[in-house]
Amino acid sequence: MIPTAFDYEAPETVEDAVRLLAEGGDDVKVLAGGQSLIPVLKLRLAGPELIVDLGRIDGLRGIREDADDLVIGAMTPHHEVASSGLVREHAALLAEAASTVADPQVRHRGTFGGALVHADPAGDLPAPALALGASFEIAGPGGTRTVPAAEFFVDLFTTAVGEDEILTAVRVPKHTGWGAAYEKFVRVSQQWSIVAVAATVRLDGSSIAEVRLGLTNMGSTPVRPEAAEQALIGVSPVAEAVEAAVAGVADGTTPPEDLNGTADYRRHLARVLARRAVLRAAGA
Amino acid sequence: MAKKPITLTVDGVSYSDDVEPRTLLVQYLREQLGKTGTLVGCDTTNCGACTVHLDGRSVKSCTMFAVQADGHDVTTIEGIASEDGTLHPMQQAFHESHALQCGFCTPGMIMQSIDLATEHPDPDEATVRENLEGNLCRCTGYQNIVKAVQAGAKEMSGRTGAPADEAGVA
Repeated sequence: MIPTAFDYEAPETVEDAVRLLAEGGDDVKVLAGGQSLIPVLKLRLAGPELIVDLGRIDGLRGIREDADDLVIGAMTPHHEVASSGLVREHAALLAEAASTVADPQVRHRGTFGGALVHADPAGDLPAPALALGASFEIAGPGGTRTVPAAEFFVDLFTTAVGEDEILTAVRVPKHTGWGAAYEKFVRVSQQWSIVAVAATVRLDGSSIAEVRLGLTNMGSTPVRPEAAEQALIGVSPVAEAVEAAVAGVADGTTPPEDLNGTADYRRHLARVLARRAVLRAAGA
Repeated sequence: MAKKPITLTVDGVSYSDDVEPRTLLVQYLREQLGKTGTLVGCDTTNCGACTVHLDGRSVKSCTMFAVQADGHDVTTIEGIASEDGTLHPMQQAFHESHALQCGFCTPGMIMQSIDLATEHPDPDEATVRENLEGNLCRCTGYQNIVKAVQAGAKEMSGRTGAPADEAGVA
């Protein structure tokens, strides 16, 4: 399958990319790693006039520390996030989740920022980013702005990034030494999550001192179940106690219904996966 | 739509061409360079038959435009044997373990297996299966493929003296 014809630009600076987006009008697509966009183009579900490839902008790739944050360039491939010593030390949840995206070849091309802006409800990065309280650095014609995770994911495949803007980096507060687990339920390898639960935990002695949770594919945007987080504080990481604390983890969610399962089935999965994720994150 | 000039290295040879931006890397390899050893299976990023190396790492060449490879180094299944025809250790291992039936998935399997072995020089069975999740074989049931990859990886690490498994991706 061959995409419809398009013009192609590969700018070398963020400023040039933003200018090309502004000039291109309504029918422009931004190409990051292409692992979602190119299949869509091949199926001719989209047929843009112009594609602006961010792959030649060196400054968008890489992972660095900045005081109490990790800063992950939007064009950093999943493989680099998953194998980064900095990410494993300070935001292990992101490494866990990134290592489950698709397959190795896709993780070599697909990018951290691209997956977040794509905002597939079944994608594996949004829920961990929300759980960790990430913020998103966005460049546009009026300069740059920073958007917190709670405001970034707007709807199905829709984020706060405007049509004339690009995501340049994601800033993640360090969670140094926190245990992490991403429990993903799929029927076959490579599949998108039917449901997944992200958990990262800081233990104090033998009980949970702090915890962050995120739910994948339990609504049109990722969900942070804060009541369940509160219920876990002070709990010992043993199965019965954790199961009781996360019993309400799916309350208030509106998961999709499809061939993979009903909404009720997904709520059940969320409770089971939350227990597993918290226990594994706590090293239990 | 205007064609774009690209210059890239494929299997050690430099090529300069003008391509339509919508030309997929796999199309460019097969139709412009005649490198038909790289196959198109599903054409939807699932099966891995089109796997090549871009700057040393495995990618699906059906899910990349040729213009994105401008300035980069591509290796296909046709570029891994020695010039005298001696097979790459991973090719030899697939041959010896009879790790194929129809052979359609084999080029992609071998390219991904070389990538896997670079990161995991002595992979256990689970590591092999996990790292081949993006490559589908509809004939063999994978048993002989796993055997071949383990044997090929050992041979590769012996040959290159690579250090013990650095365990990049968990």
